[in-house]
Amino acid sequence: MSATTETPLLSLRCVSKRYPAVIANDSIDLDVNRQSIHAVLGENGAGKSTLMKLVYGLVQADGGQIIWDGQPVHMRNPAAARRFGIGMVFQHFSLFETLSVVQNIALTVPGNRSVLASRIQDIGERYQLTVNPHATVHSLSVGERQRVEIIRCLLQDLKLLILDEPTSVLPPQHISSLFDALRKLRDDGVAILFISHKLEEIRELCDAATVLRAGKVSGRVDPRAVSTKELATLMIGQAVPEVSARRTIVQGDRPVLELDSLSLPSKDPFGTSLRDMSLQVGPGEIVGIAGVSGNGQLELSRLISGEHVDQRLAEDAIRIHGQAVTHQGVVERRALGMAFVPEERLGRGAVPSLSLAKNSLLTAFNENLVRGGLIKQRATNAYTESCIQDFDVRCGGPGAVASSLSGGNLQKYIMGRELMLSPSLLFVAQPTWGVDIGAATAIRQRLLDLRDSGVGILIISEEIEELFAITDRIHVINSGQLSPSLTTSDVTPNDVGEYMINTLRNSPHIGKNGDHGAEHA
Amino acid sequence: MSTLEFFLAGTFSAATIFLFAALGELVAEKSGVLNLSVEGMMAVAAAVGFAVTFETGNHVLGFVAAGIAGIFVSLVFATATISFLANQVATGLAVGILGLGLSAIIGRDYESMTVTPTPGIYIPVVSELPLIGPVLFQQNLVVYLAFLTAVVVGFTLTHTRIGLAIRAVGENPHAAQAQGLPVFTIRYVSVAFGGMMAGFAGAYASTIYTPLWADGMIAGRGWIAVALVVFGTWKTGRIVFGALLFGMVSLGELIAQTMGSVIPTQLFSSLPYIVTIIVLAIISTDRARMRLHSPFSLGETFDGSERR
Amino acid sequence: MVITVLSMLERRPQPSRAMLILAPLIAVVLSVLVSSVLLLILKKPLGTTLYAFFIEPFESFYSISEIFLKFGPLLLIAQALAVGFRAKVWNIGAEGQMIIGAIAASAVPVYFVDNSSFWLLPAMMVLGALGGMFWAGIAAFLKTRFNANEILVTLMLSSVALQLLYFLLLGPWKDPMGFNFPQTVMFQDAALFEPLFSGVRLNSSIFIPLLFTVGIWLLMEKTFGGFKLVVGGLAPQAAAYAGFSAKRSVWISLLIAGFAAGLAGMSEVAGPIGQLQRSVTSGYGYAGIIVAYLGGLNPIGIVFAAFFLSVLHIGGDIALVTASLPISAVHVFQGLLLIFYLSVHTFVNYRFKSPRTAEQSHRT
Repeated sequence: MSATTETPLLSLRCVSKRYPAVIANDSIDLDVNRQSIHAVLGENGAGKSTLMKLVYGLVQADGGQIIWDGQPVHMRNPAAARRFGIGMVFQHFSLFETLSVVQNIALTVPGNRSVLASRIQDIGERYQLTVNPHATVHSLSVGERQRVEIIRCLLQDLKLLILDEPTSVLPPQHISSLFDALRKLRDDGVAILFISHKLEEIRELCDAATVLRAGKVSGRVDPRAVSTKELATLMIGQAVPEVSARRTIVQGDRPVLELDSLSLPSKDPFGTSLRDMSLQVGPGEIVGIAGVSGNGQLELSRLISGEHVDQRLAEDAIRIHGQAVTHQGVVERRALGMAFVPEERLGRGAVPSLSLAKNSLLTAFNENLVRGGLIKQRATNAYTESCIQDFDVRCGGPGAVASSLSGGNLQKYIMGRELMLSPSLLFVAQPTWGVDIGAATAIRQRLLDLRDSGVGILIISEEIEELFAITDRIHVINSGQLSPSLTTSDVTPNDVGEYMINTLRNSPHIGKNGDHGAEHA
Repeated sequence: MSTLEFFLAGTFSAATIFLFAALGELVAEKSGVLNLSVEGMMAVAAAVGFAVTFETGNHVLGFVAAGIAGIFVSLVFATATISFLANQVATGLAVGILGLGLSAIIGRDYESMTVTPTPGIYIPVVSELPLIGPVLFQQNLVVYLAFLTAVVVGFTLTHTRIGLAIRAVGENPHAAQAQGLPVFTIRYVSVAFGGMMAGFAGAYASTIYTPLWADGMIAGRGWIAVALVVFGTWKTGRIVFGALLFGMVSLGELIAQTMGSVIPTQLFSSLPYIVTIIVLAIISTDRARMRLHSPFSLGETFDGSERR
Repeated sequence: MVITVLSMLERRPQPSRAMLILAPLIAVVLSVLVSSVLLLILKKPLGTTLYAFFIEPFESFYSISEIFLKFGPLLLIAQALAVGFRAKVWNIGAEGQMIIGAIAASAVPVYFVDNSSFWLLPAMMVLGALGGMFWAGIAAFLKTRFNANEILVTLMLSSVALQLLYFLLLGPWKDPMGFNFPQTVMFQDAALFEPLFSGVRLNSSIFIPLLFTVGIWLLMEKTFGGFKLVVGGLAPQAAAYAGFSAKRSVWISLLIAGFAAGLAGMSEVAGPIGQLQRSVTSGYGYAGIIVAYLGGLNPIGIVFAAFFLSVLHIGGDIALVTASLPISAVHVFQGLLLIFYLSVHTFVNYRFKSPRTAEQSHRT
């Protein structure tokens, strides 16, 4: 604490990290001052996360120096980083679901557990980050889990807090209270590295920003002094592209997809029970489902896609083109014109170790690619080739294995593969997750064009901005329930946020885990 | 000793073998490593334990040697699966085959030889009580140690930092690494503990329970120990119960022979396996409970890289 | 501070094709090296033993025919097990499925002692295959209906099958003229495969595994059904997404294995053994697992692996005589072989961290 304010708390000099396929960080210089909230800005794939993992000792640099408090240091592993006073909150939280909050914290923070529990409560009150220390983590909401991660960092002698895209999981109202806590922390003497790709947030919160593009520093600015457009130009080399203006014409009146009072208690102790969900998607409209993850999106998407068929559901709880499909499988639903793009691309939407051609067979096998039980190799390759061409998938051809593609390109491939089935109902979960801005814009434009051609589209997304950019109507999912339909043009993100925060349930019996939550011996 | 006393006392003794091995496997599995080589580890340790006890006449040395032998075999498994990322199921089978082969070679010169088992404990008055005395207070010291180990393992896994660390690594090695826990080390130590426990199980089998060496004497008990961990849904208390149950079932053959039953002995011999299958089916049906208690990363290799 | 064991491997940008071919060869070399050390410890003559294992099996027409006699059932079982392993269906109970196949097939000659009909052998084949499928089907049923772990169930079922075999051999099926040995009557010629050449035990049943290999190759490389199995093994969630049934994978994998193992059991009792007896499987059920992996779970690789392990078996028999090497030494070698193979196979997708990276991570 006695060092002069002249020396930055943390300096990176010429830090580089190469991966087999890509240079994630190329000679990065970065200075973080004490009592400052420093943004690391860049789009998906720019190298932000890798850089932070270097600082936290989770990956080792190939070259360059890390200087901590004026001294060159070696961040051998996260434990070493923590000893310097560095804490990190990951985008995918590193909490253990089966352990309680205090058990999670006791793993890395020394001390008696009852003392820890009371310290958790004290810190929670001081920074408005309250959480029950004895709750099991799997029963916590995403926002509460984030608080646990922050508290875990605060329980050590914290000098630098790294937050990786912390707002992507929060409803708008909770973002501002997170920001309040961070400002208070800064005033208490903690430096903060804030990783984000959201320009407005950075301008609101941060007092310095380092912008990364394709692994290199493309600019250092005071975000309060520049416009959003200038930041965007530093980040992607141009202004953020817009999707074309939308028009809403509902063609025909028969819905392509209907959910009718769908209720299903979860059998999975870590799952969410669904309750009384009703929803309609008409032809030529885009309906969005907003919400914080873990509120039933996973369960709902598996029920709509047919990956989970449950005999407990009423016969006509799910209808496609008016036809009850509740007790039918994936293949039958596809035959009725449904196509589905899941949120996990590797491992669900595509088999990582198989070629794109083989991956085409997953859903397109009925497109004359199989005859008499035998795979038609040439036809499969041709089909895949045309998908690659039409959807601008950058890859090594139909023989390239799925895991060799970047997130954006793989998403374009899966989207393309599904759109080539000419669906009348398209169901997409997290259409642009982890995708660079160029690809994301292309995908959104594709969805709008598709809608205009009369396809009914259902989108599950955690990005409110995205839903406001392309949907006609929005439902909010919260604790396994759906809000009423909201017309996108009539509401604000804050209205949607209200539904994310305030539960709709009126019966105290229905919890996040339904009837199975308490099954601990 | 009445037949009932004999039966109940024998149950505790037979259960000791299952209990040691299953507790060791429990800890390994809690760290996320499925080690199917328990049978092989037990066999090697039984042979080593018998040989050392036979040559030195010292049971303690026999147990120590067996424990070391178990650790040694488990480290072969650990090196392949943890450091070289080999498939855990297949490697477990391979080490099992290796262990059975090694045990036959080690025990070659001792075939059908015997050692004197150590006597059971004796507490004046208490050990003389009818029924309770022979069943609870005349057992071999090792039997008590096995049940004490169960208490220690159960307490460690639920109430200590090292236990939490093992469970954390077994649930999510990526997150554990991100938190700075030494994932590889914790897994090595957990597997080695499993090896040591299998070693004790083997030594108890060959020097105390049936104090003679015969090739193939472990006879599937290592596999039943693996199954016991599933029965117990990864909970120590239920594993103790399961070990007692299987101790009892495994006595069936003995009892049938002494009573001259008309039912073929092969039915009694296969009873432990049939019971295993049935109980396994019953327990596993409750998928929710299986998911709640089984370590999430069980059987998956972890290469130390970041999460994709 | 405890010593922290770090990962010393990193992913390759592309899988190495060279390692795919080299892995089994490196595994063989490493296993021979370690075994040699063990032989020296056991004070066995190294040269003689290795000669007995790898050269002597090829020195006479008879022993070459014996290699192929082992090759048949090993190939048959390994091909079928590999299908399951690729679908991540862990059937390790081929031993039991083989026993039940042998029992079911033996019922024909046991109950029709004097029958010399042409249909005897086909009936035994059908019964053998059905027997194996029935035994494997139990595991499939328990897995799909009750979620019971197939590793444990198939293994336990093998132990039960063995007890059933003992029961029959000591009881109802015991040869009344057999001096109380636990075995059935010797089967009549009509219940036996024809030897391919006079004076050897190798018989016409060798064509079954060869045909079966072609069938499995077609299934796994060319058909949509095989593709579904592979997807189920590689990415279960992608299989569910595509609508490929996981239960169907379990049933198909296990039934194929039961079919093959049952036929293998049948071809033993109707071939070299000529009766039902206790050692009817010769451990093929377990050895088949090793062959399947050593062959890279690939139908063509498995042909080579099965041949290699057959040589090893015959070599073991020879070494038993010439170097008085215990037969369990073969098991030790097999165990080593599989451990080394599985470890070396990792290098298809991984490599050691480069010295530069390693040095970096040790710098302070």
